[in-house]
Parts: sequence; C-alpha cells; structure tokens
Amino acid sequence: MSVIDVQGLTKHYGEVRAVDGLDLQVEAGEFFGVLGPNGAGKTTTLECIEGIRQPDSGTISVFGESPWPRNTGLVRRIGVQHQATAFFEMLTAREQLEVFADLYAAPRARAGALLEEVGLGDFANHQTKKLSGGQQQRLSIAAALVHEPEMVFLDEPSAALDPQARRNLWDLLKGVNGDGRTVVLTTHYMDEAEYLCDRVAIIDHGKILAVDTPANLVRGLDAPTRITLPDTAIGREDAERLVGGEAVSVDNGSLTMTTRDPAPVLVALAERDALTGLQVRGATLEDVFLNLTGRELRA
Amino acid sequence: MTGFRALAAAQLKAFTRDRMLIFWTILFPLMFLVLFGGIFTGGDSANRVKVTQVGQVALFDQMPPAARAEIDKVIELDRVDDLGTAMDRVRKGERAGAIAMQGGTVTLYYSAADQVKAGIVRGTFDSIVNGANIAISGQPPALTLKAEQVEDRSLKAIQYVTPGLLAWAVSMGAVFGGALTLVMWRKSGLLRRLRLSPVSTSALVLSRSLITIILALLQLVIFLGVGMLAFGLRLSGSWWAAVPLLILGSLAFQAIGLVVGAVSKTEEAASGMANLVVMPMAFLSGSFIPLDSAPDWLRTVSNFLPMGHLNKGMSAVMVRGEGPAAILVPSLVLIGFTVVFSLLAARLFRWEE
Repeated sequence: MSVIDVQGLTKHYGEVRAVDGLDLQVEAGEFFGVLGPNGAGKTTTLECIEGIRQPDSGTISVFGESPWPRNTGLVRRIGVQHQATAFFEMLTAREQLEVFADLYAAPRARAGALLEEVGLGDFANHQTKKLSGGQQQRLSIAAALVHEPEMVFLDEPSAALDPQARRNLWDLLKGVNGDGRTVVLTTHYMDEAEYLCDRVAIIDHGKILAVDTPANLVRGLDAPTRITLPDTAIGREDAERLVGGEAVSVDNGSLTMTTRDPAPVLVALAERDALTGLQVRGATLEDVFLNLTGRELRA
Repeated sequence: MTGFRALAAAQLKAFTRDRMLIFWTILFPLMFLVLFGGIFTGGDSANRVKVTQVGQVALFDQMPPAARAEIDKVIELDRVDDLGTAMDRVRKGERAGAIAMQGGTVTLYYSAADQVKAGIVRGTFDSIVNGANIAISGQPPALTLKAEQVEDRSLKAIQYVTPGLLAWAVSMGAVFGGALTLVMWRKSGLLRRLRLSPVSTSALVLSRSLITIILALLQLVIFLGVGMLAFGLRLSGSWWAAVPLLILGSLAFQAIGLVVGAVSKTEEAASGMANLVVMPMAFLSGSFIPLDSAPDWLRTVSNFLPMGHLNKGMSAVMVRGEGPAAILVPSLVLIGFTVVFSLLAARLFRWEE
C-alpha cells in the first residue's frame, strides 16, 4: 500500500500554476526523489503533502489520513526539513535538538548521537546563529529526525553544502532510509538522485513527466555513450575515422567522441595505447531531463 | 497541552541570555524611576518657595525664632536692599515673590506668569500677615484650622511615581514580548516548523504568558527594591494585592501585543506599532504624570484604557492605603481586555507570511 497517495493535486499562487494536476504514489520504505529545476513545483508539492499548504484541488493521503487541516496525529509520524532553516533564538545546537525532542515527547538522549551523525559533535555547545549555513542545514536535518519519524521530507538538503559535506550527508540519508523509513527528497542535483533514490519523479511546470528508477529512466533513453580523452592522446582525423565526423568535438584540451557502439572504439583506443585520462560516460538523468523537456536542468 | 514545557523552557533560556531584552524591559524603565525619583525627591529645598525681601521687613526680622523656623520650612528667604533688583528677579522667575514693608503695609510683588507659584506666595503671605495681626491684638484666635493629610504621612513623590512607572514598564514588556516573539518566529519560519510538530496553539500562547508573568514579577521586585532602598518608598498595607493585578495587567498587554504581532510583517513594524500603542497610553493613563490635576476629559479617556485602570488599582493598594477590594474593578476590566484581544489575536493569527 502506498504511504503517500496524491491524486490530481493543483495549487495556484495568483496567476501562477505551481502544481498542475499532479499524481504521485510513494511506497513504504522507499527513497523517493522529486527532481526538477527551480520553480518546477517541487517545494509546493512537498508542502501540500506535509500539510502546511492547502491544495486548491485534488486529494492527498499520508498513511491513509488527510494532512489538511493540521493533523497533529500525523505530524508525529513525519519529520520535515525545509530549505529555510528555523531555530529558537539564543539556544545552542544541542539545546535546539533537545527542545524538538521535548516537543514530540521523545527521549532527549538521541540529540547527542544525532549531532555526531550529522557531523556537529564538536559544535554541540555553539550558539545556533554562529553556525555556518551548511552546519545549520545539517542541524535542521537532525531536528527532523530527533523524534524517530516513520517518514522524512527533505527539501533540497544538500543545497548549502560543500562536496565533502554532501557526501557525508548522502551516507547519513542512506542510513536513515536503511532503518526502514520512507524518505522523500527534492533536489536539482542529478548525481544526488541517482545515488540515493529508489525511484525518481521528474517534474516540470507543476506536472510529472516521468516516474521510474534512475536506471530505467536512463535505459529508456537509448542515449549514446560519450568517450572523452586528452586531445593529445589521439589526432582529430584519427578520431573521426573511428566514429564519424559529426561525433567528434574538441573543447579545452579534451576530445569527445559520441557513439552508440562504444566497444570497437574502446578496443581501437586500447590498440593505440591511448587509454590514459580516458573517461566513458553513459546517459544520466541530466540527459533524461533534456530529452523530456528539451532544455538543460540547471538552466 | 503538548509542548508547553519545552516551549517555556526554550523561551526562558533565551530570555536570560538576551542582554538587549533585559536592558529594554528592566534597565530602561528603571532609568525612568531613578530619574523621576531623583527629580521629585531631590530634598525639600526644591519644593520651598523662594522669596526675596527688600531691605528691612519687621514682620520677619522681629519674628520669634520658633515661628521663623516654621516659615523657613515653606519659604526660602534672601535679602536685597534695592526694590528694582528684587522685582527683576521675580519677573525673570528666579523668585516667586518679593516682599517689602513700609510702616504697617506689607507689599508682596509677584508674577502672574506662574499661576501656581503666585497662588502659593499670596496665600502664604496672607496667612502670615493675618497671624501677625492676631498676635498683635493679644486675643486668642476664635477659630483655628488644623490640616491633616489623608494619605500616609510619609507620602512623597516617589509614592506617586512608582506604581505608574511600574505599570508602564510591565505593559511595555508584555506588548513588546508578545508582538516581537510572534513576528520573529513567523518570519524565521519557526512557527511553520512548529506547525509540523504536535504543539498546540494554546501551548504556544501559554508558554509565552508564563515568560510575560515572570518578567512582570521581576520588574515588580526590582522596582520596589530600588524605590524602597534608594528613594524611601513606603508601601501601604495591602500592597500585595498589586501582584495579582500586575499579572492580569501583563496578560492584557500581552494579548494586545499578540494582535500587534499578528498584523505586523516585520520586527520594525511591530515595535513601531507597539510604541504607538504604549507611549500615548502611558501619558493618557497618568503613568508619568499623575492625573489628579488633569482635565476631566483626560480622566474620562483614562477610564477606557487598560493602563488607566492598572495605574489606578496599583496606586490604590500600593500607596494610597486602600484595601484589596480596590483591585476588583481594575481586575475585571483587565480580564475583559485580555479576552477581547486574545479572541482578536486568535482570529488574525497566521502560521506563516
């Protein structure tokens, strides 16, 4: 049974149609990604499901209940991290988590362990306002987990993080999902969705364009493979002989060959002993998005 | 009432750590008490009327020392020999009057610019001259006037000033606390986050109320402490009745603050509007200047203001020596304001912008 079932969700802000007849099902224990560019309607969809926005039309059920109007029974079972972090003034990182634990009548003991998990162990006694943006983001995620919710909503959790912190966060989120929790995540990072999500919904202009596992989405694309190597490794004419003229491009010291049949090309490159610095890249969700919408995701 | 204790504890911690808050809610109003207390109780000499005598004035010069000492309590006398200089001083307001005597005629020169001082010197010298006439006649007076003050004999300016300033300080703390907390929490997104936790709205309001009451009691203790130790404030018998009255007052003003917070989008707007509510009300309610000599319309206006009732009740039990029953009407009025503004705040309340 789906733990989240959204049917025909519509939400307008004035003239702008943020969400436009959206259907969505999330299964128990799933790591579900909502992927789309800024302004696609990801956040609005999430907020409607969480119960802090009233849909104009459509039905939403979370654990079989309606989240609107405010359902205090339901909010105990979900944990939420928003893009804008919000804390009590004048409290330390640990105190914030303890207050949130108290609000849910959950044990405070979890606060310390969670701070370690999100990498804030050394900052437990720091005033929240003195933490960096990324640290506040991680504290906000910890605050969403402190009452051990069955379902967690994360709205662009890695937005303010540096690459290393993103990696750590991914490990943390894998663990959160591994404990059997359902996780719903919005992101506009392809790699994040590919790495974390069991299924991904690609959304644009408030509509769902495709829902599937990242692998299926990419496979369905039947996209060519790109082989990139330093332009000193192989001459341009040589490369054009291998894959055909239009399929070769040289850019900034790199030469890229695009082909639907990579095996013979790789063999030929191996024969020329030109494998140093070689990169082979198949299609990504980026290409899926490009294919579905005709434009770049980050544009 | 899920979340009450957690929210109260969080706000209490924040309150004790916020130095600006402590300054604005406690030290700032206390400065006014010190200022007003200092001005109005700066020794009795400030209240004596200054009069210059011109040359010889037998009325004073030949007075028995005991009678002279009595007069020195109300009049500070100095002497010049030239009438012109003396009149000049009166004209400039440096002296309340100048007194000259020629034969049996005592002449008092006064300025009409200050009606109050003019009245005082005229009345005083009228009675001095009458007293001297009676003494000269050698007859015992047929009628004597004995004046008794109705309040505690110790009544000084600090007595009037303390209840009003305390009421103002408590009102200000409650309005600002209610309004700014609401705006800050809404603006930062904390309210939206709390909306997704099981806290009840009553826990939100009541946890804030607890902080408001604690602040009011803290203000009471500090004001009474400074008033009594530094300025000789003396409380009358039922002063303890001011405690429940002050708590009701703080809740009424918190409710007003919550309405202000509900309609304000930014902290700046909220504190502007809170000032707009509190400052004129403090003047109209006699928090700074007693309304005893105010025009009737002003006293009528103060009857419609919560701070007017709070002031009245506070000074009744704290310094005017009235019994605890004196807080009954003010209490009911404050409860009424609390109910009305709480309902209004509940209607206007928004979890987010």
